[in-house]
Parts: sequence; structure tokens; C-alpha cells
Amino acid sequence: MTIDQSPNSMDIMVNMGPQHPSTHGVFRLVIWIDGERIVRAEPHIGYLHRGSEKLSEGESYNQVITLFDRLDYVANLNCELAFCIAVEKLMAIEVPERSHYIRVILSELNRIASHMLFYGVYGLDVGAMTPILYGFRERERIQELFESVTGARMMHHYFWIGGVKEDLPDDFERRMKVLLPTLKQGIDECDRLLSDSELFLARTKGIGTITAEDAIDFGVTGPSLRATGVLEDVRISEPYSIYDRFDYGIPVGTNGDCWDRYYVRLEEMRQSIRIIEQAMEQMMPGETMAKLRRITRPPKGESYVRTESPRGDFAVFVVSDGTEHPYRVKVRTPSFANLQALQHLLRDAYVADAVVILGSIDIVLGEVDR
Amino acid sequence: MNLQQVFMYSVGASLILGFLSLTVLFLTWLERKFLARLQMRMGPMRVGPYGTLQPLADAVKLIFKEDILPSWADRKVYWLAPLAVFVPTFLVWVTIPFARDLVLANLELGLFYVTAVSVLSILGLVMAGWGSANKWAILGGLRAAGQLVSYEIPLIMAILGVAMLTQSLNIIEVVDGQTRVANFIIQPLGFFIFFTAGLAELGRTPFDIHHAESEVVGGPFVEYSGAHWAVFYLAEYINTFTIAILTALLFLGGWRWPDMPLDGLSHSALSVAWLLLKAYLVVILIFWIRGTYPRLRIDQLMAFSWKVLVPLSFANIVLTGVVLYYDWHWSLLTVASLILMAGFFLSLTFYSGTAAERMTVSVHPARPEAISRRKMDL
Repeated sequence: MTIDQSPNSMDIMVNMGPQHPSTHGVFRLVIWIDGERIVRAEPHIGYLHRGSEKLSEGESYNQVITLFDRLDYVANLNCELAFCIAVEKLMAIEVPERSHYIRVILSELNRIASHMLFYGVYGLDVGAMTPILYGFRERERIQELFESVTGARMMHHYFWIGGVKEDLPDDFERRMKVLLPTLKQGIDECDRLLSDSELFLARTKGIGTITAEDAIDFGVTGPSLRATGVLEDVRISEPYSIYDRFDYGIPVGTNGDCWDRYYVRLEEMRQSIRIIEQAMEQMMPGETMAKLRRITRPPKGESYVRTESPRGDFAVFVVSDGTEHPYRVKVRTPSFANLQALQHLLRDAYVADAVVILGSIDIVLGEVDR
Repeated sequence: MNLQQVFMYSVGASLILGFLSLTVLFLTWLERKFLARLQMRMGPMRVGPYGTLQPLADAVKLIFKEDILPSWADRKVYWLAPLAVFVPTFLVWVTIPFARDLVLANLELGLFYVTAVSVLSILGLVMAGWGSANKWAILGGLRAAGQLVSYEIPLIMAILGVAMLTQSLNIIEVVDGQTRVANFIIQPLGFFIFFTAGLAELGRTPFDIHHAESEVVGGPFVEYSGAHWAVFYLAEYINTFTIAILTALLFLGGWRWPDMPLDGLSHSALSVAWLLLKAYLVVILIFWIRGTYPRLRIDQLMAFSWKVLVPLSFANIVLTGVVLYYDWHWSLLTVASLILMAGFFLSLTFYSGTAAERMTVSVHPARPEAISRRKMDL
């Protein structure tokens, strides 16, 4: 599985990161190169470790949500959702219908925003400078909507245990009517800009290939796993919230190379819009918060919930000892698991490919290091 | 050489240096504005009207910044490298004419001189990479050496094709030869090869691998700062303009095509304007490509040079030679070149992936039956 060639004295050891511009944060990849070819690669993580899991043990349940915001800092709401569902499962709370819909709509929007960031940064990795501005334009539209709904652009703390903080603003539907067609158009535009380029195809096709078996063995999940041809999505295999009520599609690749990982994400954005459209139609007015005691104090016990974050299987394990602080919170983050396959993907790659491969598994360091 | 000549040459050289510096200032502004418009941005807007004074502000900032010498650097090589890059790029301009009688030195072997001198700046890049004592810089410097040397061949071959047409290496005579038809009409293939290889010589997208930000950080320039970095920057933009003006002179007919009616001073003035207009069109094309394309990998880049451009450039020379030898009409050369180019583009699209190859991602419905199929798959 790993690269067994050991470096010889002629190979140059280079530190890619933690200050390298294309390691997507503070990730350090030590590579031994023979000319332009990578002989051996060794990822080092932990530069952004904040001890979120340990910190959670000292906070009350509602405060833990703010820590989850900071795990995957480009898909905050998806992280909040996972923790809220985990605690709700522990306490057996029935969440009001409307808040389910609000959660799904906002999470899917956040998925699009996250993939748009991926799209832009991937463009930079491959060497095109324009995609990032187009990606950020679409992301900005979503952020503006989030600002009007949650009051914050990134660290929302909007999903609470038992529902959402408050109802949607009055102009939400009007905004969405404008936003969704624009987003659709924007996604198509982004698609044309990068996917139609022969050079982009040459840079991504057949690079960083991984088979379905290897991907499963490494614990790769999310778009990176689906790119290998496995139809696996937590939204359909273990439906949470109300994902079983929508008619949408799961994009699946065939070769498991960088191109497939890129295009699966692009296609996922279109499917997310389908989910949002249906959710907007089905959503009814009503309560947004379950009737709960002021201080969340789950009964003794534990719960494990898997959700599909933009990066893959984002799972939360919560243990309660009956007090207002969780006894233990463990997060299974997709970026961390996906990163395990990096060494395998980098075998026989060029230095330039290393950047493209690292970009294609779309890690967020906040989530890797926690 | 008498005193008067020395005086004239010094004045001419300083005029060219001043012109080039101003051009670089303008080019940086133009590039930022043009790219900004491609990317739905405004570009620089704060300094001066529409940010026109931004290049000056940048220049002042760069001059006042600290010059950092890495502690492990090879001191002499490190400080000499910016000069080794800058001097050849400037020397090329000695023989580049702006109008029929506006040139510093009208060399008989002008084209030969241009190719010979411009190749020297590779040395500076390798020196910068070595002197910095930085692994990314070395990687970038060696990439630059490999890339520039391989693209030098198609570039020279394309120039040779032009020289064959005019039977001269003198740039002014080359321009005069295009009075009736510009060379890019006679030799579309040569034009394409020259422009592509020129892009690679400049290290511009899609061939910007030697200072690729996302791969080798800044290539040979990683460790440089302040004024020394500015010299590299200056050289890079002068190079861009050199390639643009050479394209205009050799292929777009310089000031001759379509022919200028006027004579005397007004002819010269109009010539300069006409030539600069053509050169700036090429510059904008270069910027446009920069805003659109991703970059190639090093092996693809080398393969493109040795497997595609070099054979094509030889074919171009053979075609030109055959047409000249039998004294056929020039349009035959155009047709033959176009057929070759069409064949090349077809094979390129076939080789690098067709539309069908893009469709590897299929969408499966997220429905219960889909879930059961998944279980079967695993």
C-alpha cells in the first residue's frame, strides 16, 4: 500500500508546506524527489490542532456547537448538523418539521459553497487563475444568504439542539427564487470554464488513480470514494434528517482519478440544487424549535451519527454521563480519513501532480487536525 | 568609432531604456486591468485615475523594501543573477526597429543576433536558482533551463522560415518583404509555432512551470525581494513585449502591412503607432491566454516541444523551401500550412481526450432500489 522505495542519497528532500501556497492550510508534506518524480512522500499533520474534542468536554451541549463550527470551516452548517442530530438521538427529541427543512436547505447550500471553494482552489492548483474568482462569486451569493439567515458569514451557531435558533427571515423565499437560478447558471459557467479545457483534462485525467477496493480499505469516503465507482452516500445508505423524502441523484465516477473526483463534486452541486428546490416546495410554516428544558442534560448513554458532509462521512460519537457537559465527543472527520490515501495516490507522481492530487481530495485542515 | 557616434549610441540606448521602463509600467497596469475585467473585478482603482499610478506606487514600494540575502546563499551568484537576466533582455532591443529609419543599430544579422542574445537570460534563471540555496528555487531554475532550451529550437526554426521567405536576416528587410502580404498569411504554421514557443520562452501560461506559484512557490525568484526582485519582474515584462513586437515585426507585417501611404516624418510617426498597436494586440492575446488556461506539467511541456513543435517547425521549413525552390505562388504555402495545422489540431484533440472521455461521471438516482444495488456491488 505504501511507497516501498526508500530514498537514496541522491534524492532531494523537500518540505512542501506548512508554508507552501498550495497545501490548503498548514499541511506539511515531506517529499523525496528524484528530478521531478516523487520517490517517497510523508504527510505531517497537527499544525492546526486545537483540541476541539477535549474542549467539548468542558462546555455545555449548546456551546459545543460553536466548536463544531470551527471544525470544517468551509462547511460549518454540515458540522453543526451532525452534532445536533447526535445529541437529539441521545435525548430522543422530535425536531419540528420546519426546522428539518431549514436544516436541509442550509446544509445543501453549504455543500455548494464548499464545493465552489474546492472548484476555485483546484483551478489555482492546476495553474488557472480565473476559476477561483468565479467560484468565489457563487460562494459569496450563498454567504450573503447565510448572513441574512444566521447573522454570520461563517461561524453561524444557527442549528441548535432541538431545531434552529430562529425562523427564516421574511424575504427568504424571495431571495431563494433569485439565488437558485443564478446558482444553476453559475455552476454551468464554472463547468464550462475549466472542464472544457484540454489542458485541464490533460492535467487531471488518469492522475492519482485509486481503485474502489483500496479506497474502501483506506477509509476514503464522500466524493473521493464515489469517484472510484462506489455508490455510497450516507444520505441514502443511512438516511438522517429528512433526506429520504427527496428525489435526487448521486454522481458516481469510474476511474477514481483526479478528473472524476473533480467532476463528481461539480455534479453534486447540481444535485444539491435539486434537493433544495424540492425542500423549498415541501416546506410548511410552523414551529422551528422543540419544547426543551433550558439546560440540555441528556440521559446517560451514547449515540453515534453519520452524516454526509461535503468531504464525506462526517460522524459524531457523543457519550453523556447525565450532566450538562458531554463526557466524551469523538468526531470521525472525512478529511482525516481521506488523507490516509495520500501516500498511495502519490506513488510515481510528479511534483506538479502532488499539488493536483492533494487538491483533488479536498482536505480542510481544521477538520484533519481538529 | 568617433566621439559623436559614442554620444549618439548612448543617447539612443538611454532612450530605449526609458521607453522600455515606461512600457513595463504600462504593461503591469494593463495586465492587472485586463485580467481584472476577465475576472469580474475592477483591478487597481485607488492610486490615480483608474489606478494608472499603481505601477509607480508598486515601483516605489519595491525599491524601499529590504534586500534579503539568505544566509546559505552563494553571494556573488545570487547578486549577479538579476543582471544576467536583465542585460540580455535589454540588449535584444539594440536591433529592434520601430520604423523604417528608427533603429539603434540596423544589423545585417539582426535576427541571428536577437536569437543569440535572448537565449543568454536562461543563464540568469539558473544562477538565481542555484544562488538562492533553496530547493524550490533550484527546482524552478532547472525547470527553466530545460524548458527554455527545448523551446528555443522551434522558435529559431520559425524565425528561419521567415528569413527564408525574405532571403535576409535584417529585420527591416523582413518587414519590407511584407509590403504586399504579411507573413502570418503566408506561413500560418510558422506564426503559430513562433507564438507558442514564444509563450514558452517567456514562461507565461500555459508554460509558466518555472515560477509556478502552486508548485515551486516562486521558482528561481523565491528568495529575492525588493529591488532585485523588481529587476526580474522588469525583465519578464520586457521579454513579453519583445516577443510581442517580434511577432508584430516578423509575422504581422510590422509597419508595412497594409502599406503606409505617407512619407517623411509623418510616415515614421504613423509607423511607430501602427507597430505598437499590433504589438499590444499580441500582448493582450498573451494576457488573455494567461487568464484562461491552466498550466502544463513538465513532461507534457517537453513532449509538446519535442514531439509536436519541433517536427512541425521542420515541416514548415521544408514546405517553405519547396515552394521557394520551384517558385510557386505563396498561396500554396498558406494552404499547405493550414492543412498541416488542421491535422495537428485534430490529432491533438484526439490524443488529449475527447468529449466522450470527459463523461466518466454518471448520476444514479438516490432511491431505495439504488441502495440495494449498491449492496450488491460491495
